[in-house]
Amino acid sequence: MALRRAGLFSVLTNSILRICYAQHTGKPGKARIMISRRDFLQVSMAASAMVGASGFGNWSKLAAQQALTQDDLLQFDTFGNVSLIHITDIHAQMKPIYFREPEINLGVGDNRGAVPHVTGADFRRLYGIEDGSPSHYALTYDDFSALAQTYGRVGGLDRVATVINAIRADRPDAILLDGGDTWHGSYTCYHTQGQDMVNVMDALKPDAMTFHWEFTLGSERVREIVEGLAFPAMGQNIFDAEWEEPAEEFADYTFFERGGAKIAVIGQAFPYMPIANPGWMFPEYSFGIRDGRMQQMVDEVRAQGADLVVVLSHNGFDVDKKMASRVEGIDVILSGHTHDALPEPVLVGETLLIASGSNGKFVSRVDLDVRDGRMMGFRHKLIPIFSDVIEPDKEVAAVIEAERAPFKAELEEVIGTTDDLLYRRGNFNGTWDDLICDALISEREADIAMSPGVRWGPSLLPGDPITREDIWNVCSMTYGRAYRSEMTGEFIHVILEDVADNLFNPDPYYQQGGDMVRIGGMGYRIDVTKPQGERITDMTLLKTGEAIDPAKNYVVAGWASVNEGTEGPQIWDVIEDHVRKQGTVKLDPNNSVEVVRG
Amino acid sequence: MEFSRRDTLVLGAGAVALTSLPLRVAAAGEEEIDAFTGGADVAEGGVTLDAPEIAENGNTVPVSVSAEGATAIMVLALGNPNPDVATFNFGELSGSQSASTRIRLAGTQDVVAVAKMGDGSFAKTTKNVKVTIGGCGG
Repeated sequence: MALRRAGLFSVLTNSILRICYAQHTGKPGKARIMISRRDFLQVSMAASAMVGASGFGNWSKLAAQQALTQDDLLQFDTFGNVSLIHITDIHAQMKPIYFREPEINLGVGDNRGAVPHVTGADFRRLYGIEDGSPSHYALTYDDFSALAQTYGRVGGLDRVATVINAIRADRPDAILLDGGDTWHGSYTCYHTQGQDMVNVMDALKPDAMTFHWEFTLGSERVREIVEGLAFPAMGQNIFDAEWEEPAEEFADYTFFERGGAKIAVIGQAFPYMPIANPGWMFPEYSFGIRDGRMQQMVDEVRAQGADLVVVLSHNGFDVDKKMASRVEGIDVILSGHTHDALPEPVLVGETLLIASGSNGKFVSRVDLDVRDGRMMGFRHKLIPIFSDVIEPDKEVAAVIEAERAPFKAELEEVIGTTDDLLYRRGNFNGTWDDLICDALISEREADIAMSPGVRWGPSLLPGDPITREDIWNVCSMTYGRAYRSEMTGEFIHVILEDVADNLFNPDPYYQQGGDMVRIGGMGYRIDVTKPQGERITDMTLLKTGEAIDPAKNYVVAGWASVNEGTEGPQIWDVIEDHVRKQGTVKLDPNNSVEVVRG
Repeated sequence: MEFSRRDTLVLGAGAVALTSLPLRVAAAGEEEIDAFTGGADVAEGGVTLDAPEIAENGNTVPVSVSAEGATAIMVLALGNPNPDVATFNFGELSGSQSASTRIRLAGTQDVVAVAKMGDGSFAKTTKNVKVTIGGCGG
């Protein structure tokens, strides 16, 4: 507990320093940052109160053998007059899963060593989490397989429903906000073009939503679903590509009247959709960060009397941090996209940043005291959805089962077994990706395999059967064809440098929020501190041990190309064929990427 | 298969060429600016230059410029074979001193807007626009 207080204290101290700095630079237009010290201390006192009253400590300190109860997880002293509920990046995971958090998550530039770029034991020390505790299991990667035996699966939207209902019992008008990446990521989601998730989410009754992978359903399908939603679909940065004007199908913001306060929620969709995903699937739309327009939106809602301004964002955490430092007047950013789960808010100036994890593993509750046109205090809790502890909501469980029933036999078919822990998250290769790259090399007869550095995809424990559903959970997408192509060594280098810069550019506005492209059959060295063009060296073809020749052609197999007309078998069929032949999956440790952290 | 390898290879070659040519290209931009300003001092800032941080399509990048009280704004793409993109002139009857267009960028590079103000002074804003292969966001 003492350590945790120290961690939060240092965050607050930094904020004070930053405010002092802003005061002395005397830049125009910084009035909101130049709050008086007294006002700031009110905010920070509220933060201290949050530490004392936070339910986080209760469940984090329980030893492994102690029973964790639903009451522990839901315990929260209702605070202020407004409650926000945030869930994001569900990736169509309706059922309980395992999800291992990253071991390697490197921050660069100003974010080096800053959360969320802190993992494992460092993360536990920062937040005062005891080894072997439930929050060790929920928030960090190490001892994952062993702790999973104790604490079981996480997530499940029927459990999420129970948590939401409990919050609504405390505060009936709590605002439920869905940060997007909801209608993507599973067998049933693919086969129903997102309808299964639309139906299940309808049962949870969100109040607003923003977007990313949804657009890979194709713009026509997105419009069809959006027209039928009972809540606003938002994104101030979703533009008509032809006219470079805000797209009329998507709202910039929406207002709520709660506890005597007027609350504006502004939407911010994933800025780099046509770059990170196939733009040809939604050619009518353009995105971008557009923080100048975000400032206009904040000013506009303030002028209309907003007492509280919330941004429901799919920017990714570091982009949100930068946006919070540039756009004035945002009280809370509910941050999604980079799949980070943080047990306490990060304060940038006066803006609270909330990170709520992914795959249905967490729900954030943020209670706010909004008075006299401003946020006076907050209480926050990141609620882990321990599936064996939280009772499923019967109504939502029935909706989920109804969606799955037509596909039951296909979903449950066992393709093989795994001897190893299969996971994906982390800046470089995960074991799921090693398996996928092995499948591409052997099934497609390639020298080198490339697998996209997406951050979704649940984990499997050693000894688990691998079902068809499990395979789809890590590769389901509308552009999953496995290409086979010849590339020169030089071009492979260009690709790696390009992707590395999307991850390690020191300016967050140039980052796209994915992890490094996963490589099979080739090793390399990466220095994350170098500029683009100089990060990747020592590329080696593993099967011969020879250096990659820039002029020579190599056969490369991969999937998830953003180019239209990509040909090849679907990636899930490639993986299924490979796993069937293997029977039991055993992976060699992957030491082929040497990382220089600087 | 249609990986559109030709397109991406062109892009890759552009990126590689850039790393070996920055000095010469930057010098070309300097020349254009000198011709526009007559060698006068150019202040940093004071021009609004809106361009995406990462281009969605390097072949057609939306760019907007504005500078209150400007009589002309020149737009340069420093990494293109011909850096001069456009010069917008604003007469006395102009309702506002702003303009939008779309430009083609050969690769990741700085886009520069230089404004000639009513009092004869000059101001400049630069923005780096990245042109990327993309495809791995998640």
